[in-house]
Amino acid sequence: MLTLLVGCKNEAKTDGTTSSPATTEAVKEQGQAFIEDDESTPNVLQIAIGSPDHTTLVAAVQAADLENALVNAGPLMVFAPTNEAFDALPEGTVDNLLKPENKDALANILKYHVTPGNYSKDFLKKFKKLGQANDQNVMIVVEGDDVFVGGAKILGSVKAGNGIVHVVDKVMLPPEE
Amino acid sequence: MKNLNYLICILFGLGITLSSCNQSQQTNGALASSAAEKVYVAPGEQDEFYAFLSGGYSGNLTVYGLPSGRMFKEIPVFSQFPTSGYGYSEETKPMLNTSFGFVPWDDLHHPDISQTNGELDGRWIFVNGNNTPRIARVSLSTFETEEIIEVPNSAGNHSSSFITENTEYVVAGTRFSVPVPQRDMPINEYKGNFKGALSFISVAPDNGRLNLEFQVLMPGFNYDLSHPGRGKSHGWFFFSTYNTEEANSLLEVMASQNDKDFIAAVNWKKIEEYVKNGGGTKMPANYAHNVYDEETHTGTSTMIKEVVTVDPTKVPGSLYFLPTPKSPHGCDVDPTGQYIIGSGKLSADITVHSFDKMLAAIEGEKFDGEAYGIPILKFEEVLAGTVKSGGLGPLHTEFDGRGNAYTTFFISSEVVKWKVGTWEVVDRKPTYYSVGHLMIPGGNSRKPFGKYVVAMNKITKDRYLPTGPEMEHSAQIYDISGEKMELIYDFPTHGEPHYAAGCPAELLASKSKKIYRLDENKHKYATIGADDARVERNGNEVHVYMSTIRSHFTPDNIEGIKVGDKVYFHITNHEQDFDVPHGFSIIGQGTSEILVMPGQTKTSLWEPKKVGVWPFYCTDFCSALHQEMQGYVRVSPANSNIDLSWSLGE
Repeated sequence: MLTLLVGCKNEAKTDGTTSSPATTEAVKEQGQAFIEDDESTPNVLQIAIGSPDHTTLVAAVQAADLENALVNAGPLMVFAPTNEAFDALPEGTVDNLLKPENKDALANILKYHVTPGNYSKDFLKKFKKLGQANDQNVMIVVEGDDVFVGGAKILGSVKAGNGIVHVVDKVMLPPEE
Repeated sequence: MKNLNYLICILFGLGITLSSCNQSQQTNGALASSAAEKVYVAPGEQDEFYAFLSGGYSGNLTVYGLPSGRMFKEIPVFSQFPTSGYGYSEETKPMLNTSFGFVPWDDLHHPDISQTNGELDGRWIFVNGNNTPRIARVSLSTFETEEIIEVPNSAGNHSSSFITENTEYVVAGTRFSVPVPQRDMPINEYKGNFKGALSFISVAPDNGRLNLEFQVLMPGFNYDLSHPGRGKSHGWFFFSTYNTEEANSLLEVMASQNDKDFIAAVNWKKIEEYVKNGGGTKMPANYAHNVYDEETHTGTSTMIKEVVTVDPTKVPGSLYFLPTPKSPHGCDVDPTGQYIIGSGKLSADITVHSFDKMLAAIEGEKFDGEAYGIPILKFEEVLAGTVKSGGLGPLHTEFDGRGNAYTTFFISSEVVKWKVGTWEVVDRKPTYYSVGHLMIPGGNSRKPFGKYVVAMNKITKDRYLPTGPEMEHSAQIYDISGEKMELIYDFPTHGEPHYAAGCPAELLASKSKKIYRLDENKHKYATIGADDARVERNGNEVHVYMSTIRSHFTPDNIEGIKVGDKVYFHITNHEQDFDVPHGFSIIGQGTSEILVMPGQTKTSLWEPKKVGVWPFYCTDFCSALHQEMQGYVRVSPANSNIDLSWSLGE
């Protein structure tokens, strides 16, 4: 009974915003991201959720409703800014992005941190640029052993069941088009 | 306990009533019926649509009803199939012959139903074998594979098997470029040396017979998917490409370097005319053409030794490249033939090209250089619009005939509905999970039947019990008759469905064949009358002419067979009654049973290895006396002098 009523509520909500491409009718907390599975290697989302240094990132992913995209077969490569990286943004930026009306802008920034692919830090040295999930390119710069992606330095990497997470020291802001 | 259940029932019933009231208010009173009602096909009733789903690595085609999701049949095409004896019986073994010898398996991808004037005509369905390149034609009146033609100079026959709007051609594009002709050469000399063959196979209008008319030899890209022009763009064919970088290793990196690959627009009418006037090069080749004859119930395989190849740069105006972002996968054409949709699989957006703009750009020579002598049209000059979807990983698009398109998104697991012409996204629904192809009956023709869309997923996970790890893929049916898509059903599919094709059931009903007429049976080893039943020896080859009728074999006692013999049981089913097949199996049979349809003859080879008296029996529960339908074969030592003899009821 409850589910059905909730279903009705969602129906009403989306009826008013039919033309917005970012509107999703997926009922929250439904989909691949919410399947119980403790046998497989953790996916990129589970790794982020399990990391105490990435609570801001996880909150942002949840606010943008991107959980299901991050558990996809992918493969996905996520550049995961630390809490410290988010803190370094001008004051109020994160709070502003987390507001429901800024969901699209937030999703765009987060997708700029995701590549369809799965490459180690060493392997990334072969690239000059990567095509990101928001449809923009991000440049890669190699300085000695360090790899910078969109100006953010890779601090460490964790292999995931559906790709890889590279922890980075900066939030990568998509270039204005 | 009983009371408690009762209480729960009342509460639950109340809940449903309340919420459906709410829903009907919110949807303006329309479509208030439940999803269950929409998919329910009552016992004895039939489905409105038939869907033919590719079986992927099963090598076969599966038939489902829509909206019920019931599976009706698995049609063997490229794989041996013990259920019917396909690929095991002597008559069907030739169907799986190739230039590589007998290949009993393939990876079946993209079904397409024959069309007349751009509308489904329900005569045949064409499918492609991806691995050992082949195209098959399946009869929609018998659901039997009638013809298979191998495609030479091709590898990974993926950009197939799509037909032109009058079924003039079934088209097969190679996924992998290869040396043409094949030769021993270093792999790293791929670039500039390998070729991609696009094959145009004609379909005879009366009987569907296939003939490889010509192959267009393209630059060494990967050719992914294709669709025909229709209406105004009839005469053109569009192929998506990737790996225009011509990488030969680690394509996931090396083939993603270019921001744009191409959709290749091929003016096949121009090339057809060129070939008819003697153009093209006859090249030595060796490929199998296998035909199953319904009158003789027998397949034959012929090796063809020559193919006409065409260098498209020698045919001015026959080929142009349309730049398309991010390694386009799906390449779909709307029902009017005006729009060509390229889905960059690493993109968020869908690129739509305009056929009119393409013609104008060609006319005005709006070129952006060339590749291997082939003009590249300026992207902005051919672009009709971009669908800003907000999804991730667009793959394939189908149409409802009401001006809407439906595109699957693999990474974001959803179907997105958008308006053709305004590119406005009007609805999106999640799929469960990671959807590949989708199908609307007639959704890639001039006249779609836009009532349901079927989304075929790659990943199942929790849709059924997670017993596995291997699981059948899940599919979902959405009602698309309203403004919003409505998920109404979830069902498992067999093998891995790639594309599918569907049509109204009534298109098939009038053509369905119920029995084969015994008096039309021209099989070389047919036993038309039970009196003709006999056993003949020719060296160590023994031919048993056997007939079946409820509930016995004629003959059912055979003596004089020896160890080392090759015994051919030619079984003719004398039934002339709808849906009464008989089966045949014998102990130690190294092939499979065979299932013989009324009026048909099929042959099973048995090579007895042990002395003894061995039983055979009918595998199909044919009658009340089915368990009595059996017989014995006496097998004697190789050097014995027992005469051949056979009998029934003696």
